[in-house]
Amino acid sequence: MSTITATLDTDRARRLRLALTALLAAVVTVGAPFYFAPFQVFQLTMVLLYAVALAGLNLLVGFGGQISLGHGAFFAAGAYTAAVMLDRYDTGHLATLPVAAVGCFLLGLGFGVPALRLRGLYLALVTLSFAVFLPPLLKRLEPVTGGSMGLTVDKLQPPAWSGLAEDQWTYFVVLAVTAVALLLARNLLRSRVGRALLAVRDNESAAEVMGVRLSLHKTLAFAWSALFAGVSGCVYTWVIGFVSPDSFSFVLSITLLAGLVVGGLASLYGPLLGAAFVMYVPSVAQDISEAAPGVVFGLLIIAVMFVAPTGLAGLAGRVRGAAVSRLTRTTSAAGDRTPGSEPSAPPTPADPAPVDAEPVGAPPRTEKE
Amino acid sequence: MSAVTELLQQVVEGVGSGAVYASLALALVLIHRFTGIVNFAQGELAMISTYVAWQLVASGMSFWLALPVTLAVSFAGGMLIERIVIRPVQNAPELTMVIVTVGLFIFVNAMAGLIWSFTVKDFPQPFPDGGIDLAGVRVDWSTFGIIAVVAVVMGLLYVLFQHTSIGLVMRAVACNPASARLSGIRVGRVLMLGWGLAATVGAVSGVLVAPVLFLEPNMMGGVLIYAFAAATLGGFDSPVGAVVGGLCVGVAETLAGAYVDVIGADLKVGVPLVIILAVLLVRPQGLFGRAAVERA
Amino acid sequence: MRKTTTLRAAAAASAALLLATACNSQRGQDDKDAAADGACQGQQTTGITDRTIKLGGIYPLSGPASAYGTISKGVSAYFKHVNDKGGIDGRTVVFTVRDDGYQPPKAVEEARRLVEQEKVFAVFQTLGTPSTAAVWDYLDKRKVPQPFVATGASVWGTDDNHPWTTGWQPNYIAEARVYAKYLKEEKPKAKVAVLHQNDDFGKDLLGGFKAAVAGSGIKVVAEESYEVTDPSVSAQMTSLARSRADVLLNITTPKFGSQALAADAKNTRWNPLHIVNNVSSSATVLKPVGFKNVQGVVSATYFKDPADPQWADDAEMKTYRDALRKYAPDSDPANQFNAYGWAAASSLHKALDAMKCPTREGLRDAVRNLKDVEVDMLLPGVTLSTGPADAFPIETMQLMRFEGERWQLFGKPVDTRKEFGPLAK
Repeated sequence: MSTITATLDTDRARRLRLALTALLAAVVTVGAPFYFAPFQVFQLTMVLLYAVALAGLNLLVGFGGQISLGHGAFFAAGAYTAAVMLDRYDTGHLATLPVAAVGCFLLGLGFGVPALRLRGLYLALVTLSFAVFLPPLLKRLEPVTGGSMGLTVDKLQPPAWSGLAEDQWTYFVVLAVTAVALLLARNLLRSRVGRALLAVRDNESAAEVMGVRLSLHKTLAFAWSALFAGVSGCVYTWVIGFVSPDSFSFVLSITLLAGLVVGGLASLYGPLLGAAFVMYVPSVAQDISEAAPGVVFGLLIIAVMFVAPTGLAGLAGRVRGAAVSRLTRTTSAAGDRTPGSEPSAPPTPADPAPVDAEPVGAPPRTEKE
Repeated sequence: MSAVTELLQQVVEGVGSGAVYASLALALVLIHRFTGIVNFAQGELAMISTYVAWQLVASGMSFWLALPVTLAVSFAGGMLIERIVIRPVQNAPELTMVIVTVGLFIFVNAMAGLIWSFTVKDFPQPFPDGGIDLAGVRVDWSTFGIIAVVAVVMGLLYVLFQHTSIGLVMRAVACNPASARLSGIRVGRVLMLGWGLAATVGAVSGVLVAPVLFLEPNMMGGVLIYAFAAATLGGFDSPVGAVVGGLCVGVAETLAGAYVDVIGADLKVGVPLVIILAVLLVRPQGLFGRAAVERA
Repeated sequence: MRKTTTLRAAAAASAALLLATACNSQRGQDDKDAAADGACQGQQTTGITDRTIKLGGIYPLSGPASAYGTISKGVSAYFKHVNDKGGIDGRTVVFTVRDDGYQPPKAVEEARRLVEQEKVFAVFQTLGTPSTAAVWDYLDKRKVPQPFVATGASVWGTDDNHPWTTGWQPNYIAEARVYAKYLKEEKPKAKVAVLHQNDDFGKDLLGGFKAAVAGSGIKVVAEESYEVTDPSVSAQMTSLARSRADVLLNITTPKFGSQALAADAKNTRWNPLHIVNNVSSSATVLKPVGFKNVQGVVSATYFKDPADPQWADDAEMKTYRDALRKYAPDSDPANQFNAYGWAAASSLHKALDAMKCPTREGLRDAVRNLKDVEVDMLLPGVTLSTGPADAFPIETMQLMRFEGERWQLFGKPVDTRKEFGPLAK
């Protein structure tokens, strides 16, 4: 069996398949805004932008093992940076992105230092209270933030040369930002920083003995993660064109963490799945029960966690793993079978993410005494 | 009224709200000691227990009969929730369990709204109306009542944790379920007991605060945030810490809100945050928490 | 190998995503919005035919503000009631309710769903200032009427750039003016303490009050605010008591309204005249506090409170109760939010009746051209009036005082337009 696979899985075949998959993915993502109605394109745009925030949170929680319940605050910081720049200084949309990114990176760096001292649960709850504190603070800073009425700013407008509708243009811009952000997240994880983070998450003392500078890397993880949340918030302002303090209550932070866990921790495409969950499931819940969408939404969260305790990303891997093992069994029983079909490849690890040293959604343990 | 009396009046006010936070924080500490997780649904479970009590009283039962019935129902309900909702994800990563409690939060909150609507309900006050005047400072009987009950619950938990075999068993379970199981502890039962007890303590909290806050489905949402703050400040595994933490948070935010104009009532929620940060930077395990033993 | 897996995974994920989108609703709906001919030539007839009219509404059915979600039940019940009686001008109303959980981005999504997918004729009511502010630019650009939003922020009526959006309930500034007028007459030297919610609602009302008493002998001597996420307002009430003010202006939403009334009743040393704002004036807010504790409390209103026994025999109130029992059996007819929805829906009915053209433009113009239109659920003397530059249908309120077990209306309805002039833009 394995010999057949090996011979067929030659370099050429693999490269071909790679190219095909890439092409397919590209066609699908680029074609989507032309196929779907504007309203659905808008929904996809929202999924993409939430995915950026979740990818950032994933760096911290999934790979860094530090739980943050305050990422809504960084998201809000990014959103308000963009809104204030557009409203007061009329800087144009693109200029807001680097400012929001750098601003949130620094904010995260500042927050990462005290976070070093806090562990597990305590860190989670301190960040939560930060998220609780932010809306009243934004209301207080009325001269800048517009107070509780919020700020209405211009949305992204397509340039004339593109010939695209507003939603399509916005989609492509957000798609570009998301693609860059996800690539950046992936590369970060493959770099020194990423390996150091994993080492720290899995065994702090061992990592330290190996020469990993704990404090530096933990602080950096916070900063990078805040940067992603900030970028996501900035893009949010471009898409929605309106910010108000009550849009960024602590519920947002909890939703982000829930989305990440539902999507799948420490998985590269978990954030995409989580973002889709956060975006689509509430409306599905309302379609099921008009009287109390919350009842259905709560049940759906619990149900997903039952079916996929390590998140939806892990579910895909688990289902495939199960399918593969069953297929392998049947094929071996059948003895002879057209070789080279996909499922007969040697069972891949459950997590197709590059960080294959760790099962999906490995527990970032909270402190236990 | 002199400035000092006014100050003391605000302190009494702060102690009153602090006791409210502490009552729920005790339930959070309890569940954390048993299971090692933080339960986002704790406040909502307390809220639904309170509705059970309200329903009993509304259907003609006397309050003092409804109370034990409610506590029993809550205990059973807590155990049932552990069995149905938590057990299936027991071996999953802890964050998964935490998110399940978030789902439970959303579910219970919406369910209460569906059954009892969002109209504010009045809840019978178990303590006598009125209060006493201590040198010009007015203290309501209900404030005394809440503090007394919170103190009793705290004492009971302390005894449970420190002086019973259950305390030992549950520490073993929370610390390492696998090893506990190997040493003959029936982990499932201990966890069910933990959820049941926490739900009961939560029910006490809900019944205590409902006459003051007025009963509606979002009653405990705000309390939960402050209870988190109280438990974080006091240390997540100490009942004494929860109460001290609650009182500190209550008094500090009330005084800061009333007397520091820069802070004012709108930003007073930031005061506990600053205190918690300051305390945790010195003692990462909270005021009364046990330091984690690092094992390489 | 690793690269392939990742890519494949990404492809699978995006495919799943797109599938979800596709499943969520059929694609399609090219933007072929219909247009009318004849005298109404070129105007939009999307969502309206000779037999049906499609309306949408966005309410918080879940989340922190879900107490207001029940307004949608009052609205739905009204339309079902009207449909059973032959519809509006022969047209059956199809009313689609969407949930935004009180989150602006969700409100944008739902507004777009209603307009682009459900193809509604008008977005009737978005609830809450943040959600409404998040969608009104969009609706205006799409030229979709947004009549009678369920928020009293003054910005809906003072803005010139959104002709498609109109308010309904008396704006918070108008309400503040009613209290100011009352105090000027009754307690011209009053010192006022204010408890307010820290959002647009609280600030608009407080700002309006300060502006209305400016130059008189009335002074605001203490202000305390609370967040909707706070558990209680008792600390704020203790602080306000320090001011020894003669009047307490209570600008809160229901639960906090009950808490503040109870705290005031409990404090025997401070007995200010308690003015509670309309949002918290329902008998369902006062009852939990105990009627004996709220005697003499003053408020202002503009529609009939279904929990108030004085309307028990009112014809419209009877229709309302019967309809609610029939079409929304799980809702509580005594809840004033249901009556609010009913009153707003019957106001829309009048506006639809007044349309010259059965088009979106026709509705926009009709909503902006109401002249003393009577609505049965509103108080006698309170009517709907708008103009091209006036998007506030109701600016008249009636003062009332709580006596015994009910509100007693007193004085004449106060038309704030006449008393104070139009709002400054």
